[in-house]
Parts: sequence; C-alpha cells; structure tokens
Amino acid sequence: MPTASALAQPAVAVKIGSGAWRRFCRHRLALFGVAAILLMVLASIVGPSLIPFDSLKIDIRHRFAPPPFEGHLFGTDQLGRDLLVRLLMAGRISLSIGFAAMTVSTAFGTLIGVAAGYYGGAVRVALMRFVDAMLCFPQIFLLLVLAAFIQPNVVTLTLIIAASSWMEVARVVEGQVRSLRERDFILAAEMLGASGRYVMFRELLPNAIGPIIVAATLTVARAILLEAYVSFLGYGIQPPMASWGNMLNNAQQYLGSAPWLAIFPGLMITLAVSSFNFVGDGLRDALDARFDLN
Amino acid sequence: MQGTLGPVGFAMPAAAHAATETVLDVQDLSVTFATENGPLVAVREVSFDLRAGETLALVGESGSGKSVTSLAIMRLTPSASRVKVSGSVQFTDGEGRKRDLLQLDLDAMRRVRGNEISMIFQEPMTSLNPVHRIGDQIAEAVTFHQRVSARAALVRAAELLDQVGISDARRRLSAYPHQLSGGMRQRVMIAMALACNPRVLIADEPTTALDVTVQAQILELLKELQTATGMAVIFVTHNLGVVAEIADRVMVMYAGAIVERGDVVPVMTRPLMPYTQGLLHSVPRLDPDAPGREPLEAIPGNVPDPLQPPPGCAFAPRCRHVEPACEAAVPVLEQADDGRQVRCRRWRAIDEAQR
Amino acid sequence: MANFLLGRLLQSLVLLLIVSVIGFAVLHLAPGGPLAQFALIPGLTKEDLARMAHEMGLDRPLPMQYWEWLTRLLGGDWGHSYRDNRPVLDVITGRLPATLELMGAAILISVLAGAWIGVMGAIRRYSIFDMLATIGAMVALSIPTFWFGLIVIYIFSVHLGWLPPGNRTTVGGDGSFLDYLHHLIAPAAVLALVEVAIWSRYIRASMLDVVNQDYIRTARAKGLPERTVLWHHALRNALLPMIALAGVEIPTLLGGALVAETVFTWPGMGRLLLDSLGYRDYPVVMGILMFSAVLALLGNLLADLFAAVADPRVRLA
Repeated sequence: MPTASALAQPAVAVKIGSGAWRRFCRHRLALFGVAAILLMVLASIVGPSLIPFDSLKIDIRHRFAPPPFEGHLFGTDQLGRDLLVRLLMAGRISLSIGFAAMTVSTAFGTLIGVAAGYYGGAVRVALMRFVDAMLCFPQIFLLLVLAAFIQPNVVTLTLIIAASSWMEVARVVEGQVRSLRERDFILAAEMLGASGRYVMFRELLPNAIGPIIVAATLTVARAILLEAYVSFLGYGIQPPMASWGNMLNNAQQYLGSAPWLAIFPGLMITLAVSSFNFVGDGLRDALDARFDLN
Repeated sequence: MQGTLGPVGFAMPAAAHAATETVLDVQDLSVTFATENGPLVAVREVSFDLRAGETLALVGESGSGKSVTSLAIMRLTPSASRVKVSGSVQFTDGEGRKRDLLQLDLDAMRRVRGNEISMIFQEPMTSLNPVHRIGDQIAEAVTFHQRVSARAALVRAAELLDQVGISDARRRLSAYPHQLSGGMRQRVMIAMALACNPRVLIADEPTTALDVTVQAQILELLKELQTATGMAVIFVTHNLGVVAEIADRVMVMYAGAIVERGDVVPVMTRPLMPYTQGLLHSVPRLDPDAPGREPLEAIPGNVPDPLQPPPGCAFAPRCRHVEPACEAAVPVLEQADDGRQVRCRRWRAIDEAQR
Repeated sequence: MANFLLGRLLQSLVLLLIVSVIGFAVLHLAPGGPLAQFALIPGLTKEDLARMAHEMGLDRPLPMQYWEWLTRLLGGDWGHSYRDNRPVLDVITGRLPATLELMGAAILISVLAGAWIGVMGAIRRYSIFDMLATIGAMVALSIPTFWFGLIVIYIFSVHLGWLPPGNRTTVGGDGSFLDYLHHLIAPAAVLALVEVAIWSRYIRASMLDVVNQDYIRTARAKGLPERTVLWHHALRNALLPMIALAGVEIPTLLGGALVAETVFTWPGMGRLLLDSLGYRDYPVVMGILMFSAVLALLGNLLADLFAAVADPRVRLA
C-alpha cells in the first residue's frame, strides 16, 4: 500500500501569502495535476450525458468491441456496454468516495492531532500510541476485514476507508501543533486567559493549515487507491454499480482477449492518484515557510 | 622589540624570519558566485605570496572573503556551475616544481590536497565522520597518498596522535568522534592534516569554536608543529589576539580585497589603513598598562552589500578620514614604508597626523 | 544504549496491548459479533444460538471476554479454522514462508534499485535523470499494484511468454531453484515497484543532507577521490536512517504482498486472508490480522534495534 504521505515532512507553520501562490504556479507538475483533476471531475459529471451510449445498456451484438470501433472510443465490455461511459460513471463513484473519505479522515485526524499536540503529556502519549498501533495493521488487511464484516455501500465504504487513513493526518498535525505550542503568540493568548478550545481552534489550527492541506490532498490520493484495491478484491463497490476498482476485477478474466478493459480503468486510477500527488507535492513546496518572506 | 607590549597590549613576537623561498604565489585570485540576484564578487583580485616556514595571518570580519579565499586555494568552493574562480595560484612543491593549482585537473588537485597542502576547519564538532573511528580517518589520509599498508598507516596515525598531544594514542585510535571533546577533535583534525607532512597548512578559524583555554593549547600546538616540520601556515581568523601571537606577516581583508599587508609587528603597532586602525582600537584592553579609561571605539556602519559594492574605496562609507577622491575610484595597493602595502589614498596624511 | 533498548521494548509492549484491544474491537464489529457466521446456518434455533453464545463466553462482560481472548492468544491458542479445524496458527505459519520470500525478494530489489537511483539523483541534482526519477517515483506510487501486475502478466506472460502467469511452482515441473526464481521474479518486481519509489526518494533526501555536512568537506580536503567520498563517507551516513525506515515499511509490504499474491496466485498469507474471507473462516481472518500486526511490531522493533547498533553514537553513548 503506497504511503505517499509518508514522504510528507511537516513544513513550518506559515500564513498562506502571495509568495506561496507564485511558487505553486511555478510548479508545472502541480498545475498539470490541477488541470487533470478538474478535467476528470468535469468529465465524470457532465460526460455521461454527452456520450450517446448509456452505461447500463447491454448490447450483445457489439460485445468486446476494441477501441475505437464504431464510435465506442474506448471499446465495449463483455456485455457490449460502452467503456468510456462506464469509466466516467465509475469516476463519479471513485472520486466522490475519495473526497468524502478525505473529509472525514482529515477532520478526525486533525482533531486527534490538535488535542495531542496541545495537551501534551499523558494525553499525547496515549493518543500517539493509539495512532502507532493502528499503523501496525496493514491498511488493506484492515479494510478488507472491516469491509467483509460490514456489507459495504458507498457510505460505509467511505467510513471504512476514512478509518484507515486518518493516522497520517493525525501525525502531521500533532507534529505541527507541538512545535507551534511553545511559540510566543500561544503563550500570550494563554496569559490573556484564553480557554484550551479557543487556543486550539483559533490560534493553533489556522497556523497549521498548510501541512493539513498538504496531508489532505495526499489523503485523497490514497483514498482513491484504497477504494480501487478493495473494489478490485471484491469487497468494495458491488456491481452493477461501477467503480474503477471493480471494473478492473471484471477485466481480469478477459486480459488476453480484451486488454483494453483492464488498461483504461487502470490508467484513470493512475492519472487521478498521481494528479493528487503532484498537487500535494506542489502545495508542500509552496507552503514551505522557509521560503516565505512575508 | 622582543616582548614589548604594543599600543593595544598584545605580547609581540620576535622579529620576523629572514626571507626564504616562496611556497605559494597567488596572483589576482577572484571568486564570483552566481546568485539569484546577480553575480556576487566574494574575492576581488587578491594577490599574495607565502614563504616556507612562515605563518601568514588572513584577518577580516565575516563576509570579508577570507574563508572563501582559503577554500579557493584548495579548490573546495562549491561546484563549477555556481562559482567562477579566476587568477592563478602557483604552488612550489618539495622538489621545486611550480604548478598553477587552478589549472590542474581534478585528479591532480586531489593528489595535492591532504598531501602537500592540508586544511583544517572551524567546526571540530562536525568535521569528523561520526560513523568511522578516528584512527581510520587519519590512516585514510596516509593510505591514499602514500603506498603503505593499512597496518603501517595505523601506526603512523598513532604517532600523529601522539604528536598532537593526545595521550594514550594507541587506544584512542579506535575511538569514535563523539567520544572526544571539541579540543581533542581539533587535535585529531590537525593530526589528519599533518599525516603526509604538507608544505602548507591552511587553518580556517580553527580556534574560533573552542574555549579560550583550549584555544591557547591549540595555538601552542600549532606553533610547535610548525617549528618541528617547517611547514608554512595560512591562518584565517578574525581574532587579532591570535594574530599577534602566532603570525609573522598579516593580511587584512575587507569586502573581498586586501587592504593592508605587512609584517605583523609594524601592522599591529602602527596600522596605516583606517580599517585596520578601527579593528585594533575596538579590542577591549584588560591589561594594567592601559592609559586611562579610553572609550571603546566601534567602527560605525556596516560591511557593504557584496551585490552592490561602493564605486570607490569599499571602506569609504564608514571611514572618518574620507575625502571625495576616496569615493571616486577604488584605491590601489601601494607600497608604504616598512615593506608594507596599503590600499588607502590618504595613508600618508593619516599617519603624519597621528604621529 | 541499554536505556534506549529498555525504552523501546516497553514501548513495544504497550503497542502490543493497544493492538490487541483494536483487534478485539474489530472482532466484535461484525454485526452479530463472533456469532455472525453461525446465524446463516439454517436450522439453528434461537436457543441453539444462545447456548453457543454462552459456550463462547459471549454473555460475559466485555473486559472479561477480552482478557480471556488475550490470554488464549498469548498461550498460543488462536482458535481453529472453520474449514479444516486445524489450529489457526498452524494454518498461518504454513503459508507464512511464501509471503516472507516474496517480501524478502521485493526488499532486496527495492533497496538496491532505490539506493542507486537515490544516490545518483542526489549527486546529479536537478539533472534530467533526477527529474525523471522524481516524476517516475510519484507515478509509481500512484499506480495500483494489482493493475501493474496485470499489465506485467499481459506483456511478459500472455504476449512474450517469458514468465509464467502465476503460482510458485510449475505443475509437473522439476521444482528446481531456477524454476522457483522464474516464478518469483514477476510478483517480487511488482511488489517492489512502490518500495523502489519510496526508497529512492528517501535515500536521495538523506544523501543531499549528508553531502552538505562538514565532514564531507574534510574528506575532500584530505584529497580523497570523489568515489570514496560518496560511497565510503556519505552513503554510510545516509543509509543510517533508512534502517529504521525498513521497519516502518513492513505493514505496507504485507498489504502489497496480499495484492501481488492475488494477482499472481502466489500461495501466501495474503491469499489466505482473501480465501478465508470468502469462506467466512473468521478465526483465520482474525488470526492473520493479529499476526500481521504483531509481525509489523516486531519488525519495527528489530529495525530500530539494528539502527541503534549501527550508529556508533547510539551504540557507545
């Protein structure tokens, strides 16, 4: 299971200034990532209505049509369904799950991280040990077992994926908050009588936003990948609902005869995940306070 | 002149050595860095010579270019794409052969480094590889330049440790750097530098990061070793007390150029360049002979921005003897009396006024 | 060093405890709890279920259940497989070697390849090689391992016929070591893809860090050839933090191994998990979950210990 955000090192706290924006724009890969993501989101929302084929329409006469046969840009599958339309519909599912899982895991991870970083001491040790213990389980194993126990629909799958992704965010946030904790402006706020909650959410959190955003972006990447894995293995999104992962499961048996059934979904996943990784990388460089002269 | 206390209260060494052969002849050495904001000239056409057996002090504040000069001689400046080094550094080796170090190919230069010219640095705490034993690190210097067995190299390493004053040398060979104190690590660095009996030792602020007491020991050690081996030493420092103690000749650098040069006694007792005067007068005096309670003089202003040097004399903005002519063009290094050289238009006038 | 060891050991014990609690929680997450699989068997009455629940101790307070479960685990009784009633631990350890072989081969490939790419990237920073390596690493991390496996099978087995499409041995083959290697290459390489990306980035960063240190300048000042400076002085220091990294990567490797084993029908622990899930053989499923967590924990501990021994500053503190 790729730990893309294992490569994320927490940057020093920073205000997001104009310097950061300029640096991001100089990062060509990140711009490519943004463009690709926008394109994919747009395509999956609007695309299916623009394509003359219906994703569920079974057309036995044209099964296994190789691309770009008869207007099927990406070919058809074993039931004659147009691959491109199915790909885009699946995109809706996979991308939504990715975003949703990111939201939940980032929220939860941030909560844990802020609490651990702010309170320190026994609270921090307990919470961080919990994080460490969770990280001992291979993510896929945990996902599979949970998915097998809880018959998954889109919502529960999102929750399960979130449940195995929040730890990286928690670590990043805890590190950030811990280093910010001792800074003068925090001590000043506390001297003025600010409550713990105030300090945590009005002072510490806004200054830790940078690394949180980076971690969140990388979490989307991981979530999309995890959904693909789980669905591929048969425990995620169930047919006839299409997700990129279960399309690949389907394609496995036809690898020799109709390879395009496997190639395109995989390409889409790779494109989506790497786009988010590029963006996350660009964001990390852009928000790195070492270069910010504000 | 022996043992007198000059105007600033340092103990002065005996008269300088008689002139001997030249070991290093540096001509118009310039180092320019390519930065985001344009070219930065760190060293500006520096020329000097180093004679066998002498100690030449290179003095200046941070940013004066003294460290870069020493690194440039060893060709240890950062890689070629960002740094341009020009000029010539003629080195005369033990057999009397003269070569320009800047023109040598890298392999040849590596054979010179650590072998005929050695260098020690400022930070003993981080200058030794933490995962290798010190004995091995010293022996490495030997095995790479001389055809000896590993065992023989270790024996030599023990000798060297002994020579630099580390007791129980044989046992210390297997120690790791983190097990030694700062002063001892610097001794190890010196041992490493001496491994192949170099003709020249470049010491880049070797005592700056050490305790005062340890400083004295290291300086003492360096003096002894120099007498024993006859090597020449370029000693880079910003500490005038150190200069007075060990140097035969001194070169003062400011904003990348040499502004005064000469034998140490005349320069320290009667500085001609206003910058040098300022430096000497800004050292606090603790000796009982100090005439009354003089206020501590600081040189007003700041070192010029290396990206935008002043059009005339680099020191002009801060000099109290400045005249319009000073700011018009950069003064040249002229011969003064006592075999000295000064880069100041008005040195004669200033000197007369102070007599 | 002794202090460090003790601290690390204690930490591992605490983690082990928390891991067991999490495992227990997961076990009870199945709707209907550990009884879930029985609920589907027709003919079982409510009373039968209640009796089974009592026998399994499910009507006792949770903390007691946890304690009993934990002590049984520690005593080596991990339950029995529903499929063939063999002890779960036996079943798992039977399949463990295959997975370890796969992981071992993948680690070897990825460290060697990753180190080379990382060092070259650090030496030639911002060169074409470095930029390609960076982008390549990020893409490699984004490629679904199973998809990559399918592509490899398609190219090398279906099209070119160079490599077998799966399994550990050829049926009816000679069972030789060469045959084994022939089967090992593809899954190991596929598993290694992600690891190479991770290692190369980390080693590059570590090398860049080290190469700017003062002691590297000293080594150059000694006149050592650049080759020696890099490989003997720099790399040795750059690799130190990598040892601890190896420990952290174990859960990732286990997860990846599952996928590789599935695609290449390699008879390892990961495949076992999937099969058992399919058969609803929950004791084995839970067993594998706990086993892999413990394996990861132990691996992490060993890696940290090894890292401490390798660094003279820690070893001789």
